[in-house]
Amino acid sequence: MSTIEVSAASSQPTRTDSHVTNDFSIQVATVNGSGSQTANTVLMRALFQMGIPVSGKNLFPSNIAGLPTWFTIRASKHGYIGRKKEIDFLVAMNPETAQEDVRKLEPGAAVVYDEPLKLNTVRSDLHFYPVPFDRLVGPVCPEARLRKLVRNMIYDGVVAQLLGIDMEEMRTALYKQFGPRKAKAAELNWNAVKAGYDFAAANLVKTDRYRVERMNATAGKIIIEGNAAIALGCVFAGVTVVSWYPITPSSSVIEALTTYLRRFRIDKETGKATFAVIQAEDELASIGMVIGASWAGARAMTATSGPGISLMAEFTGLGYYAEVPAVIVNVQRVGPSTGLPTRTMQGDILSTAVLSHGDTKHPILFPSSPVECFTMMISAFDLAEYFQTPVFVFSDLDLGMNNWMSDPFPYPTEPINRGKVLTAEDLDRLGGFARYKDVDGDGVGYRTLPGTRHPKAAYFTRGSGHNENAGYSEREDDYMNNMDRLAHKFEAMRSRVPAPYVDIDQRAHVGIICAGTSRYAVEESRDQLRDEYGLQTSYLRLKAYPFTPQLSEFIRRHERVYVVDQNRDGQLLQLMRLELDPDEIAKLRSVRYYGGLPLDARTVTAEIAAQEGF
Amino acid sequence: MSTTAVPPKKTNRIGLEIAAYKGGKTTLCAGCGHNSVSERLVECFFEMGIEPWSVAKFSGIGCSSKSPAYFLGMAHGFNSVHGRAPSVATGALVANRNLLGVTVSGDGDTASIGIGQFVHMLRRNVRQIYIIENNGVYGLTKGQFSATADIGSKLKTGVVNDLPPIDCCLQAIHLGATLVARSFSGDKRQLQAILKAAIAHRGLSVIDVISPCVTFNDHEGSTKSYSYMKEHGEPLHELDFIPACEDIAVEIAEGEIREVEMHGGARLRLKKVGRDYDPTDKLNAVRALAEAEKEGHVLTGILYVDTSRPDFVELLNLVDEPLATLPESKVRPPREALDQIMDELR
Repeated sequence: MSTIEVSAASSQPTRTDSHVTNDFSIQVATVNGSGSQTANTVLMRALFQMGIPVSGKNLFPSNIAGLPTWFTIRASKHGYIGRKKEIDFLVAMNPETAQEDVRKLEPGAAVVYDEPLKLNTVRSDLHFYPVPFDRLVGPVCPEARLRKLVRNMIYDGVVAQLLGIDMEEMRTALYKQFGPRKAKAAELNWNAVKAGYDFAAANLVKTDRYRVERMNATAGKIIIEGNAAIALGCVFAGVTVVSWYPITPSSSVIEALTTYLRRFRIDKETGKATFAVIQAEDELASIGMVIGASWAGARAMTATSGPGISLMAEFTGLGYYAEVPAVIVNVQRVGPSTGLPTRTMQGDILSTAVLSHGDTKHPILFPSSPVECFTMMISAFDLAEYFQTPVFVFSDLDLGMNNWMSDPFPYPTEPINRGKVLTAEDLDRLGGFARYKDVDGDGVGYRTLPGTRHPKAAYFTRGSGHNENAGYSEREDDYMNNMDRLAHKFEAMRSRVPAPYVDIDQRAHVGIICAGTSRYAVEESRDQLRDEYGLQTSYLRLKAYPFTPQLSEFIRRHERVYVVDQNRDGQLLQLMRLELDPDEIAKLRSVRYYGGLPLDARTVTAEIAAQEGF
Repeated sequence: MSTTAVPPKKTNRIGLEIAAYKGGKTTLCAGCGHNSVSERLVECFFEMGIEPWSVAKFSGIGCSSKSPAYFLGMAHGFNSVHGRAPSVATGALVANRNLLGVTVSGDGDTASIGIGQFVHMLRRNVRQIYIIENNGVYGLTKGQFSATADIGSKLKTGVVNDLPPIDCCLQAIHLGATLVARSFSGDKRQLQAILKAAIAHRGLSVIDVISPCVTFNDHEGSTKSYSYMKEHGEPLHELDFIPACEDIAVEIAEGEIREVEMHGGARLRLKKVGRDYDPTDKLNAVRALAEAEKEGHVLTGILYVDTSRPDFVELLNLVDEPLATLPESKVRPPREALDQIMDELR
């Protein structure tokens, strides 16, 4: 029997007693469309339910079925939930990639594999666990057409047994995943998990170091994808008009949003919707509808990714110049062009900050977590309506499409801020208004909504030159006054956008700056730099553009400041160059990663250590 | 104090004078067909007694798209992006279902750069009046052909168009507009009747108005000139629009008159000219347009009308009050809703 070979083979590294507990990564290599997502989610959830901090990263191809896909689960007793570069525990289910996957492992890693792949012949410094999946799946799944899907649940059982994952937690996670309506399917899959577990218990001898132990670090937390968090933010921001065009990786924002809106925003008395979701013909139309709806007074948003942002450039300029609110979510993926549509990047920062022709500047918010996806969507709507301008929210594929362990979301404490809108009563009192006059000194004029029943309510909105009264004008002074007011308005935003997170280490001469999902790698890297190189660092995580005064203060108090970018050209750093003083710019160093995978701490640590001369 | 009696100014049924319906002074060329269309809009909204502030005007870019500034100055207007007025209008009209939308576009704005948004607007049947001021050329860029230019029509420079035109009415009938008409800016009476029917219509009205460009396309060899339209224009019927409030009984000779009941009880009366034309028959409308093209005629009148199809706002099952101004209590779910979702995600 093959398993005897496993335990007795002299090529296996000897069994070790130095356990590694709750600190490893599991990678499952399968084929796209084989239903492995459920098996992986169950595994991740079971760890979460055992109180162990976890993260899951789905590395998938731009394809519906047939191409290789990898899912990585990281368990970290330290609470690190960024990507871990090294794989400690591989589940090799895909014949196409198995050999290469095994070759990439560090010595001492464990490999669960489909027995016929004979991976134990590839290397001798790994712990191999062959499993006859086809033989095991038959008895638990009599229906042949389901076997391809159920087969994957077997590795869940094997992994649970080898790592010591509580089977009751596996069971809870599995039944939660299927839900009460699919109890029969859940039972079928549960039998497969058990079959895997029983096989491993009876036939495999554990020789690797990795194992789990119950902790209490996930109590009260939730698991959610960033895209669903953005959707919830929209619901609680009171969004009323949504227009979109499907594009990976943003489509699930609107799909989740539609589900939540149907559940929570149907008027109970009338059965009618307090929202409209419109699938547009393209991104030109989706942003056009958002601009039109916002102009008419709705809270309107769209979600897209890089190629959609490119198409929205012209309307964004109109929104900026005619001063119409809009909320645009960009779940960034790898560009340029079609690029790597299922890989992650923060590569649209520079182009979006000044999107469209002429002089334009647009605020961008950078959520880094599901909680911030939620709270920043609410901020985005308030900012867009207050400042009467398009506001961008920049997530990325890593945040948007992966499951994250998160604190629960806080219910908004502030009422919805609809900005400076005059009603018919206001017009009676004022006797009229000048649409583009800076009455309050913050550059923001008062607007009226179409349909306001007042003879003095109307004004004419145009993307062509206009004066304070919204009249057509090609005059030099009108144009310049308008542009200066718009610039002033942008300055006024600095005190209204979310301020950065700052952690100053009084001993540090070195600072690190990043935005969005880079935080996970950077926060872990700070510990690595401290523990491995004795380098103390301060840290600033940007939450918004325009930058706030904290940025300059942070740079000034450090000798060298590393700006971490997930793009080739150091876009975040380049954007700072446009705004900062030369002596501040001189302190900036660039750390860049642009391979399309979520940024990992090792990459950041290695780059900073090298530049620091270690 | 003068005692000279001033004749009382004429007011409409809501007590407004025609001045309340006028816009800014036009900056288009003298004699431009577009100005006639603006005048008809002023007259029709005045005569129908529509509150001007209940209207929202939209346009793209081009000469035609400037014209919303020249009528209904008390209505909000939005001169947006080239070829993209349909999306802006759709967003606004969904945001506030009580608005009556009027979009003015041109042949370049609709059939060239904007054909994508145009056809999808047709599919949605968004309630609004969509006017194409069609002169076959780009005016603001000084006289290049648009996609509605007829085969064989000649530019002032002598360049002949050899590509087939897009017939916006044919597209509109085919893809879901529920009132489709073609008219001529020089036919005051017909255009008035069509516009009034469109104001009463609860759905998308597409009105293709041949509106000659006096500067770049009104010469010999043009098929969009005043003289060409006078020779080749062929009215399908004589049109009368009878508002709901006017209950006029008229003797109708059998077979001579058709009536179409519009939304809200208004009626459209079509008097036969030459042939009997049923504007509720889609196939018939398509055939008539194809035949006219073959014979070199420009059919004018109400080509197609369907008062039964639900408009976009109905399909969206929206609440009765405008989405735009719903209070916080209607759009932000309570704390318990968030708690419930959080529990489910644990």
